[in-house]
Amino acid sequence: MSVPVLQVQGLSVCLPPGSERELAVDGVDLSLNAGETLCVVGESGSGKSMIANAVMGLLAKPKVAPVAGRILFEGKDLVALDEADMRALRGERIGMVFQEPMTSLNPLMRVGDQIGEVLDAHRSLPAAERNARIIAALRDVGLPDPELIAQAYPFRLSGGQRQRVMIACALVLEPTLLIADEPTTALDVTTQAQILALLGELQRRKGMALLFITHDFGVVAEIADRVAVMQWGRVVESGMAQEVLRAPKHPYTRALITAIPHGRPRRNDESTGVPLLVVRGLNKTYRSGGGFLRPGRQVHAARELSFTLARGEALGIVGESGSGKSTLGRLLTGLIARDSGQVLFDGHALAPELRRRPAAKRALVQMVFQDPYASLNPRHTVGAAIAAGPVAQGVPREEARELVVSLLRRVGLKPDAADRFPHEFSGGQRQRIAIARALAMRPQLLVADEPVSALDVSVQAQVLALFEQVRREFALSMVFITHDLRVAAQMCDRIAVMHRGEIIESGMAADVLQRPCQDYTKALIAAAPRFDLNQPQVPGQ
Amino acid sequence: MNSGFLRRFRRNYGAVAGVFVLLLVGCGALAAPWLCSHDPWALVQLPFVPPGTHADLLLGSDALGRDVASGLLYGARVSVLIGLVATTMALLLGVGLGAVAGYYGGWVDTLLMRFTELFQAIPGFAFAIVLVAIFQPSVQSIVCAIALVSWPPVARLVRGEFLSLREREFVAAAQLSGLSSIRIIFTHILPNAVPPIVVMGSMMVASSILLESALSFLGLGDPELMSWGYMVGAARTALRQAWWVAVFPGLAIMLTVLSLNLVGEGLADGLNTRIDGRMR
Repeated sequence: MSVPVLQVQGLSVCLPPGSERELAVDGVDLSLNAGETLCVVGESGSGKSMIANAVMGLLAKPKVAPVAGRILFEGKDLVALDEADMRALRGERIGMVFQEPMTSLNPLMRVGDQIGEVLDAHRSLPAAERNARIIAALRDVGLPDPELIAQAYPFRLSGGQRQRVMIACALVLEPTLLIADEPTTALDVTTQAQILALLGELQRRKGMALLFITHDFGVVAEIADRVAVMQWGRVVESGMAQEVLRAPKHPYTRALITAIPHGRPRRNDESTGVPLLVVRGLNKTYRSGGGFLRPGRQVHAARELSFTLARGEALGIVGESGSGKSTLGRLLTGLIARDSGQVLFDGHALAPELRRRPAAKRALVQMVFQDPYASLNPRHTVGAAIAAGPVAQGVPREEARELVVSLLRRVGLKPDAADRFPHEFSGGQRQRIAIARALAMRPQLLVADEPVSALDVSVQAQVLALFEQVRREFALSMVFITHDLRVAAQMCDRIAVMHRGEIIESGMAADVLQRPCQDYTKALIAAAPRFDLNQPQVPGQ
Repeated sequence: MNSGFLRRFRRNYGAVAGVFVLLLVGCGALAAPWLCSHDPWALVQLPFVPPGTHADLLLGSDALGRDVASGLLYGARVSVLIGLVATTMALLLGVGLGAVAGYYGGWVDTLLMRFTELFQAIPGFAFAIVLVAIFQPSVQSIVCAIALVSWPPVARLVRGEFLSLREREFVAAAQLSGLSSIRIIFTHILPNAVPPIVVMGSMMVASSILLESALSFLGLGDPELMSWGYMVGAARTALRQAWWVAVFPGLAIMLTVLSLNLVGEGLADGLNTRIDGRMR
């Protein structure tokens, strides 16, 4: 075997004083050969991105800086290099792709110019050749009509296309090492599958080394040759991907792997068959722009949506971003007013707008939101947040306080949490608080809008278990909105798949998952990163 | 929360210095009758006594033989009073209209914002001069004029904050909990919009003091009250014979306004919890 392209030896990176731990990265060893993919896996705060930034020399020095160890790239120690030498390596020998394709391109620069910038930084080429290289780079990443795309501004491109442009930027000088920091996390599953396949194909063709940072074991199973699992800044387990995935040795790795949503459809036992919610012909169109004599842009977020939900049943709404699934949730709660259609709750019509609904009816439908950081008022104590609803309904303060304590216990938090502020809690704990707040209203229907997609896998599993538990205990019906088919299958009795504002397929969870009728559903299921220990892996295509 | 605010505020040395200057101005204003032996309008000495030559007149006397030091102290009262009252009025008006416009949106927003633009279309200082000239110069009319020309930026700021805050999920959750709009505005949105308002408020006190000085300089001040702007205005004809008559009140205006701006910056630092990296 030849000399590894990248060798990280005993690397430690310090954090500013007063952080939750002293070292972001603590004595990490990694090595990566040409043509190989190394996945660094870990939950948020594990220090995995710090490694990528340390290799690129992008740490926020001097407060965050390497304090020990070496990063050998083709035999040179990157830690000892000065900024000028480092700059010569960046882009030329090491490329990097970031997580957020929406913000990592300059919105005021044409796509072709952004790639040209990388070329100009390292080579001086005649205009014709420079142009040819730009077009070739765009063609390489599978973008249609590269000549047209080179002239386009980033806002004309979709998220997946932008990420392809980012990859083209990183690869235009054919670096020997590509670092990808969660490059597919912000993308839909079908787009993610395409980008992963593209990265695999480019890597094979160009024989470069790929350092891939991710939190998703499904992604690891798809592309990794070797894997390093990180926790609290240390590598707790590393080895060949197949071995680590099949026979994890470290308890943390085992916990992470068991926490992955298994996607086995649950047994349907809670549903009573008595309809609680009947939705008929729901429509919502967003209009934007437009003006005098000029029609605005219209987006049909909901088109003729009809379904029924039985008492005690859980319905999963699955779709990619922009499919209208969140709009549906907000239409049901009344946070957005519908254009037309009918929503019957327990036989009575619900008004389109929340403020037109009588107070008693507002309580019936409650919601748990996606972002646990945005859904709690930072200036209210947890107790005040939970008690606000009942107090507004006329529950005496003393009684409300008891309710808060019992609900906090119910969702697995200590009663003293009531006097603390949201910023003192982690994401998972905040989502528990949000669930308690929704339960305080004694709802009959809980709408959960992507409640776990902002959480780490291990926390995700706990919060999902809590949902399951409170659903049984409070005999709740649930509309569970998610982009993740596995989560939907395991949480819901029935699944409805949404695409461009329409429900294109619905049925029992097991049926939809195992015998999908629509091509779109099939594509969704095929694209979801699979992690099935019993079946051999199918390489991405 | 409070200790964090103090720690971040203290880190800004300019702001701390500003607080000391403002305390000095405040104490001087409060203690003026005890600190000076004579009324600021009283003719106590020969005209144009240079500072330091007469034991009784620390900062000299002006063209009519009035004590500059006592004018400075009594002038502080006017400046502080007008700055605070006018700012409070402008904030009440601006926050109220901005909050309603931002929270309800739609035609309410359109209507209120066009109304705001009506005021913004008139140059502020010219408008203030006209108002004071129409209603006769007095403390009340000056305060009202300053408040009327200063509220539009507040309304726009508050509207912007409300527009973005009302889309936050915790507001949606509060709506689902059945809280009334008034309650949501006051307990959920306004507290989160306070930091920029406080910062803008401190800067507005400074601009109010400047406006009042400018009005007094033009002779549109309250004739009953000694003010810094009036002193500068009265001294400008004799600037070459007696620099001290204009320079000391001018310095007082400059230092006070500078301090208010520094304190405003310090407040911005102090109220910004993200500087600590504590939020997320």
